Amino acid sequence: MVSATTSRPVSKTRARDRAAPPTLERPGVAWAIPGLLFFLVFAVAPMVGVLYLSFTHWDGLSTPRFTGTENWSRFFSDSQVGQSTLVTGILLVGNIAVQAPISILLGVWSAGHQRNRAVLSAVFFLPLLLSTAATAVMWRQLLDPNFGIPSTFGRLFGGTTDPLGTQQGAIACLVLVTSWQFIPFHSLLYQGAARAIPHTLYQAAAIDGAGRVRQFFHITLPQLRNTIITSTTFMVVGGLTAFDIVLLLTNGGPGTDTSILPFSMYQTAFRTYDYGYASAIAAFLLLLATCASVLLTKLSGYDKMTSTLEGL
Amino acid sequence: MNRVSRRWFLTATAATTLSVTVTGCGSSDSKASGATGNVDFWTLQDPTNPVQKAAVTTFNSTGHGKVTLSVIASDGYKDKLRTAMGSAKMPGLFFNWGGGSLDDYVKAGKLVELDKMLEAYYLPSALEAGKVDGKLVGVPCRGTQPVFLFYNKKVFADAGVEPPKTYADLTKLVKVFRRKGVTPFALAGNASSSWTELMWVEYLVDRLAGPVLFQRIQDGDWSQWQDPAVLRTARMIKDLVDDGAFGKSFGSVNYGAGGTSTLLSKGKAAMVLMGSWEYAVQQGEDPDFAKNGLGYVAFPSVEGGKGDPKNVVGNPTNYISVTTAAPKETAAEFLKTTYSDDYVQGLVEKGEVPVTTNAEKLLAKAPDPAYAKFQYDLVQKAPSFTQSWDQALGLTLGTPLLTEIQKLFNGQSTPEKFVSAVLASKK
Repeated sequence: MVSATTSRPVSKTRARDRAAPPTLERPGVAWAIPGLLFFLVFAVAPMVGVLYLSFTHWDGLSTPRFTGTENWSRFFSDSQVGQSTLVTGILLVGNIAVQAPISILLGVWSAGHQRNRAVLSAVFFLPLLLSTAATAVMWRQLLDPNFGIPSTFGRLFGGTTDPLGTQQGAIACLVLVTSWQFIPFHSLLYQGAARAIPHTLYQAAAIDGAGRVRQFFHITLPQLRNTIITSTTFMVVGGLTAFDIVLLLTNGGPGTDTSILPFSMYQTAFRTYDYGYASAIAAFLLLLATCASVLLTKLSGYDKMTSTLEGL
Repeated sequence: MNRVSRRWFLTATAATTLSVTVTGCGSSDSKASGATGNVDFWTLQDPTNPVQKAAVTTFNSTGHGKVTLSVIASDGYKDKLRTAMGSAKMPGLFFNWGGGSLDDYVKAGKLVELDKMLEAYYLPSALEAGKVDGKLVGVPCRGTQPVFLFYNKKVFADAGVEPPKTYADLTKLVKVFRRKGVTPFALAGNASSSWTELMWVEYLVDRLAGPVLFQRIQDGDWSQWQDPAVLRTARMIKDLVDDGAFGKSFGSVNYGAGGTSTLLSKGKAAMVLMGSWEYAVQQGEDPDFAKNGLGYVAFPSVEGGKGDPKNVVGNPTNYISVTTAAPKETAAEFLKTTYSDDYVQGLVEKGEVPVTTNAEKLLAKAPDPAYAKFQYDLVQKAPSFTQSWDQALGLTLGTPLLTEIQKLFNGQSTPEKFVSAVLASKK
């Protein structure tokens, strides 16, 4: 497992090779024990459990019955799984495409020293304080075709008054509500990162005649690289596991059109009491999320980076 | 932990939920159940809790043992119960919906068969869902909740029409209200409200083929979905949708205040097919409308159908069941309180219509006696009271059924596809 190998503390000699000052020794293995134990009990053990259950039939009442690869062969021939994976992917891409640019712009803007900035930032960050359940219930009311926004501003929804009644509409609504809820969080990340960019870089650029737009693309964005990766990883992993908003806003509907993988898993386990098959979906999700985050780390070269202050 | 593992840990939280229940499956040995002793009683959080609390307090002073009431919030009640039933934390008495929700527990040997003598105290049509394979395993503990048509009196008066008595009336009314720009029927078609669409299917199938068709399905003969009455029902629904009986945007409408109930009270919709609790919802939102503007009438008959027009569908009532964890005598004695005059009157005062034989004389104490009497008569005169299909079948079969019904209403599926998809949903 990736975690097991990489979380092992680096030996003293290697630590020194890595340009750490000789006086600053890395802590011993003992320091890692609490964290490791926590990880074992609450992450590794359940994962092993899920893997085991995916080879059984279990209704939650009787003892799990071993059924070999039955769940898995069903999984790979289930047309719903393909559709769910596709919708999960669409939601993921949609969320990143909408959230990332807006959060970067908002975050960079709110890092400045403009008038009213603090007041406006506070307003922007408000959705962060609401729980997903409250957000979903509120938006369900706001999207009501007879008394909500679509009844007055139907044009905003492409002329339809039935935004949750079609697949495209339901997906768009999910992206809209998720973005509304999480853009503040990502903006906060970018705000912190933008404030850490040394002012001297901008001064130098200004002397060389770079305008605001050029400064943004040639200084701000490259300097935010690590934060972009962090924020994207959050979005990817969050998108793969988030199902509460789907449960409350669309309940996987219309029909099964927005039944994303985590929602299918929940429904299989807690609505139809087929824990074995739900575990197969869970195991697949786990694999998907791990691959995505490992890939993201490797592709971005995040694991090799040492300094974020490039050019200094 | 390093970055990868931490992130991995985050991703694993979804999986954790699943496996936490693994530890919950521990031992299923029943506690030694003596004659009297302590009993845990799990109930759902709702307005009748004070009545139950009073009953428990009175019971505990009689010396037949001690009942401890645990009130559990409605979200997740079924999940919590399911997990506890497989474990040593199993309650002795628990509130439930009867029907299919009890099947698995009976099969797993968790429930105790109750004394047949109890049946004399309740209306027969309300007892059916408390039985599994002919054995009585649940007794009614709440009011009855039949489904019928609610209508806006003012909208009907303005149009100069009467509530429908037959299906032909109903389709005529659809045209009348369409012309007037009023949605004929408010319908909550959002996926989380698809149980409101199920009510239409239940009534049409019952009117066309009688209760026997669904009874066969519930008893395990899944091929009965091929009955022509099912296909005809699906076609009738498609026609209703195509004729605009539910308006154009029902797919995004939610049930309740702010959704269907507001549509009805504001006169934007003429009728709604709903359970008896609609009255309480209207009362909460617009007390004046509930008192003066809200009309109610039984679901119309369908010409040429085999079902008795007096048949009712809905939730016959809720039930209390006894598990093997409860001391026998304490449990048996406590069940007697559910038909005592005190308990029944308590329910009546909360606006419930209890299904006990002594309820009729107490109905005068209801907040709206006329409404209470209407429901009591409806249920008492009904030759059959079919339990809501999703409750009767249990969630395992009911969940995919609801999805298919939603697709049918939404036009994502045809009547023929609906029948074949439902047939294929049982593995």
